Amino acid sequence: MGVLAAETLKGPSIAWFDLSPLLVLLSGAMVLLVVAALTPQWPKRCYSSFSAVIALVTIGLCFPLWHRIDVDGPSTLVGGAVHFDKMTIWVTLTIGLAVFLASLLSDDYLRREGLEGPEVYALFMLAAIGGIVMAASNDLVVLFLGLEILSITLYVLAASHRKRLRSQEAGLKYFVLGGFSSAIFLYGIALVYGGTGSTNFDAMLRALANTVPTKGRDDAILLAGVALLVVGLAFKVAAVPFHFWTPDVYEGSPTPVTAFMASAAKAAAFAAMLRVLLQGLPNFSRDYRPVLWVLAILTVFGGSIMAVVQTNVKRMLAFSSISHAGFMLVGVEAAAHAAGGPGNDGRSSVLLYTLIYTVLVMGTFGIVTAVSRTGDNATDLAAFRGLGRSRPVLAFGMTILLLAQAGVPLTSGFVAKFGVIRAAVEAKSYSVAVVAMVAAVIAAFLYLRIMISMWIAEPEAGDDQREEVRLPVYLTVAISLSVAFTLFVGFFPGWLIDLAP
Amino acid sequence: MLDVVWLIPAFPLLGFLVILLFGRKLGDPVAGYFAAAMVALSFVVTAGVFLDLQSLSPEARAEQVHTLFSWVAVGGLHIDLAFLADPLSITMCLFVTGIGALIHLYAVGYMHGDSRFSKFFLYLNLFAFSMLMLVLGSNMLVTFLGWEGVGTCSYFLISFWHEKDSAATAGKKAFVTNRVGDWGFMMAMFFAFWAVGSLDYLHINEAAGSLSASTATAIALFAFVGACGKSAQLPLYLWLPDAMEGPTPVSALIHAATMVTAGVYLMCRISPVLNVASSYAPTIIAIVGAATALYAATVAVSQNDIKKVLAYSTVSQLGYMFLAVGSGAYTAAIFHMVTHAFFKALLFLGSGSVIHGMHHEQDMRRMGALRKFMPLTFGTFIVGWLAIAGVPPFSGFWSKDDILLAAYDKSPILWVVGLVTALLTAFYMTRQVIMVFYGEARWHDAHEEHGAHGDLHAEGHDPHESPWMMVLPLVVLAVLSFAGGFINLPFSESTEKLTQWLEPVVGLHHSDTAKLPLALVAIAMGLIGIGVAFAVYYFKKLKPVEPKILADAWGYDRAVSNFMGGPGRKAFEGVAWADSHIIDGAVNGTAHLVQGTAGEARKVQTGNVRNYAAAVGVGVVLLLTWFVIVRGIL
Repeated sequence: MGVLAAETLKGPSIAWFDLSPLLVLLSGAMVLLVVAALTPQWPKRCYSSFSAVIALVTIGLCFPLWHRIDVDGPSTLVGGAVHFDKMTIWVTLTIGLAVFLASLLSDDYLRREGLEGPEVYALFMLAAIGGIVMAASNDLVVLFLGLEILSITLYVLAASHRKRLRSQEAGLKYFVLGGFSSAIFLYGIALVYGGTGSTNFDAMLRALANTVPTKGRDDAILLAGVALLVVGLAFKVAAVPFHFWTPDVYEGSPTPVTAFMASAAKAAAFAAMLRVLLQGLPNFSRDYRPVLWVLAILTVFGGSIMAVVQTNVKRMLAFSSISHAGFMLVGVEAAAHAAGGPGNDGRSSVLLYTLIYTVLVMGTFGIVTAVSRTGDNATDLAAFRGLGRSRPVLAFGMTILLLAQAGVPLTSGFVAKFGVIRAAVEAKSYSVAVVAMVAAVIAAFLYLRIMISMWIAEPEAGDDQREEVRLPVYLTVAISLSVAFTLFVGFFPGWLIDLAP
Repeated sequence: MLDVVWLIPAFPLLGFLVILLFGRKLGDPVAGYFAAAMVALSFVVTAGVFLDLQSLSPEARAEQVHTLFSWVAVGGLHIDLAFLADPLSITMCLFVTGIGALIHLYAVGYMHGDSRFSKFFLYLNLFAFSMLMLVLGSNMLVTFLGWEGVGTCSYFLISFWHEKDSAATAGKKAFVTNRVGDWGFMMAMFFAFWAVGSLDYLHINEAAGSLSASTATAIALFAFVGACGKSAQLPLYLWLPDAMEGPTPVSALIHAATMVTAGVYLMCRISPVLNVASSYAPTIIAIVGAATALYAATVAVSQNDIKKVLAYSTVSQLGYMFLAVGSGAYTAAIFHMVTHAFFKALLFLGSGSVIHGMHHEQDMRRMGALRKFMPLTFGTFIVGWLAIAGVPPFSGFWSKDDILLAAYDKSPILWVVGLVTALLTAFYMTRQVIMVFYGEARWHDAHEEHGAHGDLHAEGHDPHESPWMMVLPLVVLAVLSFAGGFINLPFSESTEKLTQWLEPVVGLHHSDTAKLPLALVAIAMGLIGIGVAFAVYYFKKLKPVEPKILADAWGYDRAVSNFMGGPGRKAFEGVAWADSHIIDGAVNGTAHLVQGTAGEARKVQTGNVRNYAAAVGVGVVLLLTWFVIVRGIL
């Protein structure tokens, strides 16, 4: 009854405005696809500008919506299917930023590779819708819808470099494995539905309210469902040992798409994980917390160690993103300690991490985009050799971004890592915090290797014949924004930490 | 001047930025003079702050915090980017900027003609900035920023001549060992935050009294792990001797006078925590310090590289400082840090002058009789030698004596170890002086041997004295090495100026032991060391004993290298290999179970994707086992 009453009270016009970021992105994608199909090739930079403006509008809409929540408090929309709370807006903002920066990154890239067209931008926007729906969902089926929208667009994006075999391969691999994990996730939903009689988080909570978790309890179906849900989510966030697809797909995909995967897709997956575990299944926190503990440790360590022995920068950054996912899992583990309770800093530390990492990784891959040169193949360490001489400012920017990834103080990366480790310490997960710090120490070596290659490595024969690294306008803007944000948040992190829901 | 304490690190930062942008235009030697001027300006500001501090009451001196801006302010967490100007940090700043400026000036001459002249000063100024942040930071986070900064600069400067493989390897070694130490620092930081709720030194030290002994022990020992990495103590000392691959001004500035003392500084900074820790914590520190001091001194006895002797000597002297820290004599540690900075910088710069004059020859077996060719270098080196050997009234005597006294109070065994080290120190330094400056000139033989290689020696240059900007710092440092001890003479309370000055920060160390007999024993030890060395190397009455095992540093270094290069590296590669082979393989096997009959006939399929999917499959099995069987049924 409560749900029904809420529906009748709310005028549809208000709900439309609350959903406006999704609507803007959807209409942007539709307009771009339809109009571009009916008109001849648009002039240079028009597709990307359009997409960037749509993203900016999405970001802009977040502010009045945030204010509304401040005033009226959080609520649910569309018959209790999606949350309208600060976390939703926060993730919308994060993904909006990702779309904005990815559009700027793609602009010259697509022309350089001879792939100019509207499709990639439309797919970015559609993927963003999927991600936001995932993060907002209050229902497992809605979450699955978002997951599929995001995943399917990412498969296409991964394969979108039509002239590059590795890109096709990446798309196919991601598709096969993603399909596999989606199936597992869906099966988990079915089992949980069987156990609780609903897929809606609130209804699930009500159904579970009377079952007290005890030893030797008879809820195997539910527990199996939880296990499969955790697998599906762990695959999406690329937690070790479900990470195997990541290096191959990140390396093969077009570089701006890799950046988008590492940022928007990761943010959405972590938001979904928080929703499912903390809001849907808090009663099981004592069951899944040890799993998160193991996953977090495996992931921070696995990512850092494997990254050190790579020679391809894109692959290094793929493993580095796995290690970052491990840090976010540290935060999720901390949050799980307070599942169902008043909550602690765990959740906000994860959300803060995703936003900071989104901007950071966009800048880093932006520079890789520039250095990869025509063909998108020059991504091994040697391609960065001598960048400090030929492009000192670019190399300086990369150095800052890499320092931030390593978590050096006075950069945003430190703020992010400090946040999750602090949350872990406050939740008394000392072991995880200690292991995470060790992993951070190991991972620093990988970032240093790239810096050495840029600044110190001696030029070798043939370096002069390499194509010059170009820095087109939009790419430069994206990288500069990313570096500026990284430093600004590093120096003045307070306001952002305060905002994180 | 107290309000402008932020100017102290700001000048080197400005220097770094200017050289970053205009370094190549400024060129050789303007960039160098500019960098030196920036550090000299820092020194002037520091001196002003020092005078201001003196005009305050002793209690007020310890609490001069100057906040630049609030860095993190969220809920219970409040961290400022702030500087703490107290007697301890300003003492450090005085010698960091003072000696730093001299070494910058020296480097203008030493690096003259290097193709990356301006880049060298870029790193050097960045180093000075980081070191000053480390020292001045009012909380552990700002110190950590400087801590990481000096580590990175050290890494870059060690491998400055990275064309040499050995230099590049040495840089890597320094980086890796230092990371172990960094981890210790981070752990200490988090423990302190967890226990006190703040990272400010003033808060931590104030709350130290209410900490439980176990918490204080944890903080102190983790900080000590950090200190061991940065200050080259056993077992993490390995990187420092290799760090001599860097240009000599770097060895003097970073690896003798300033950065390597950061660990000692940190321990003194959190001394109230150390005081409430369980009693075994300071004992561990004292033992590690004493062991390092003795160990490195034995190794220094058999080195033939002029800089390697000084490197091991530095490790040994740092061991003394930790011995003092472990004995609770923080003032003695700082006192020795200051005098050591004077005489070790002098010795390094002197050796650099020799290397410069000898056209980059570093092997002492090919030197000799240089006193005639390099009189100023010789004269100043002699001062440094007497200071480190502990001959009164040179500075090293006074500070070493304070440490030995404190060690005696802690345990007579530590005192004996300290004495033996003092004897060895006098011995190997005398050996060095004789091999380099006395005896017959051996470089002519070297010329003939090396003539065929067509290197610089073939042109038959005699050694020459160095230019003025290299000699001037030598002279200044020689004066300081002589007179540096007068800041803390043990005759009465009024002559113990440094002790009084530092008392508001590190407290007093009480001792009822009679000082004079101990001092006489220490002097005797120094003289015996000098005498034996003269007998062996000058008069050649005794056969030199230089066992190979000492030259090899007891085989420790090689053992670690073998391990890291062999099994250690294999282990890393093994993880990567296992990831792609064993795990995939094992996963494959299990996957057959999961997929039932599907496995057999598909041998021609694209391996990868199937393996990856199988990994997910195994994960599903494991998680189902956990949830359903372990959590559900059991």
